[in-house]
Amino acid sequence: MSELHKKEMRAVYTDNLIKYGKKNKNIVVLEADLMNCHGTKKFRDAYPTRFINCGIAEANMIGVAAGLASCGKIPFAASFSPFATRRCYDQIAVSVGYTKMNVKIVGTDPGILAQNNGGTHMSLEDVALMCQVPEMVVVEPVDTVSFDKLFPQILACDKPMYIRLQRKTTAPIFEDDAKIDLFKANVVRKGTDITIVASSIMVHRALTTARSLAEFGIDAEVISVHTYKPLDTDTIFRSVKKTGAVISCENHHLIGGMGQMIATALMENDIRVPFGMIGISDRYGEVGNEKYLADIMGLTEQDIYDKAEEIYKKK
Amino acid sequence: MEINRIKQLNEQADLIRKMSIECIANFGSGHIGGTSSIIETLTCLYYECANIDPTQPNWADRDRIVLSKGHAAVGLYSTLAAKGYFHKSELLTLNQNGTNLPSHCDMLKVTGVDFTAGSLGQGISAAVGMAIAAKMDRKKYRVYTIVGDGESQEGQVWEAVMLAGSRKLNNLTVFVDNNGMQIDGMCDDICKVAPFEPKYKAFGFKVVTVDGHDVEAICNAIEESKKSKKPTAIILNTIKGKGVKCCEGTPASHSVAFTEELFKAENTGGVLNI
Repeated sequence: MSELHKKEMRAVYTDNLIKYGKKNKNIVVLEADLMNCHGTKKFRDAYPTRFINCGIAEANMIGVAAGLASCGKIPFAASFSPFATRRCYDQIAVSVGYTKMNVKIVGTDPGILAQNNGGTHMSLEDVALMCQVPEMVVVEPVDTVSFDKLFPQILACDKPMYIRLQRKTTAPIFEDDAKIDLFKANVVRKGTDITIVASSIMVHRALTTARSLAEFGIDAEVISVHTYKPLDTDTIFRSVKKTGAVISCENHHLIGGMGQMIATALMENDIRVPFGMIGISDRYGEVGNEKYLADIMGLTEQDIYDKAEEIYKKK
Repeated sequence: MEINRIKQLNEQADLIRKMSIECIANFGSGHIGGTSSIIETLTCLYYECANIDPTQPNWADRDRIVLSKGHAAVGLYSTLAAKGYFHKSELLTLNQNGTNLPSHCDMLKVTGVDFTAGSLGQGISAAVGMAIAAKMDRKKYRVYTIVGDGESQEGQVWEAVMLAGSRKLNNLTVFVDNNGMQIDGMCDDICKVAPFEPKYKAFGFKVVTVDGHDVEAICNAIEESKKSKKPTAIILNTIKGKGVKCCEGTPASHSVAFTEELFKAENTGGVLNI
């Protein structure tokens, strides 16, 4: 097992910022008073002049990042995902998106991972919001290994980008030899009967479910998506044409989420197969641990199992 | 400042004001009020005080000028065209379908525009980012940003001011166009944000208040800001719609519809050969 699986996502984030920041002096890190939550204090200590704590003022942080980018810097501006996105959406749309500034917006603890911070801190809509910004690349690494591999690719991509990040340890999906391409989804389990397209914390749940389904004779193919936009529909289409059925699984609202993007792409390309979605219905978050929240919001292995079985039977 | 230089700058400001009026009149309507109030400031920056080179609009060491009150874009465009960043004839495409000169200033479309603005409160944040970038790179360029008084009702303005003061960005000069008016009336009646002097002082700025139509006073204030150890706020006491007979000193000047008669009455001399 990769040593990286023992690391937290935030440590992978900060260590990569420091590693690449050594060579690339344009890397700048911005925080809005969550340096200690993101572990970027290490970057501040290593490169104090390239670290800006903007205080609790996310809208200004995004604008400052845009100004830095206009002078050739590559700013990484982080906050909890609702504050990095919906709180400063117009700033992102105008000062970053409309101007095509190379700003990397980092939103942490997305979806139900806000856990005991509750409904005020729960971004169930951030992927939808950020995908609506023209040309914005929207990425959510599924584990620490893939993030480590994605980081240099993220750095090399000069488009505005939203990076949705789990903050702590992640369920292991990939090993060190995995090939991770920023713009390609990964088939993480081969199967023939149904395709399960998953992202975020749902990839691990999908893999566990696939093993349960296999015991009952349903051979599921699991695709791990880390880039929502542009979505790698080629990989999804190839799989769906083979299996003839598909469900999506995401730690996000169903409205405007990955499932809807997949459904639209399938329809547009005349791929008509039984289709289902696992995600959060039209509601707000609440406090609770990840297990409790997954239970009440329909993100458990059992939910995936039931949906997969239902859709498979429609074939 | 020599009397001749003052005269030259005033003449240049008059010309840029006329160019702006003609652009707007050619389209039929536009943001003449908040444009006219900052013409002298734009003139002082581009013709006297800022370190810029129209032949190198992307020169890395140029001073940055961010028009945070992006609706005054026509004034900036006219100044840039007068300076030679692009041809004056292009000004007549303002706001036309498919134009490269949209109503609110656009850095991707207009040569010489340092940052896009229009959604109020955002330009000043970008200016703070630019000033921080200059400090990081140990570069000497300065950053100037022009903010409206009405715009200052946006909380983001004060987030940016707070960060600039706290980081002692002495390479940043914020102009406040204190014309006292906004779309719906007088700023003081709608949501009073003045006085600006004590607020900027409290956030660690050097503050200079000038007559925003006095080119000598503006230039002196800018030169003073270059020597400051703190960021500088220059409060420009201005008249909305200054020099535009049909609407000078009225909130209605924010966006004005120009009939041919109104335009003729302005007597611009057809500087753009309309």
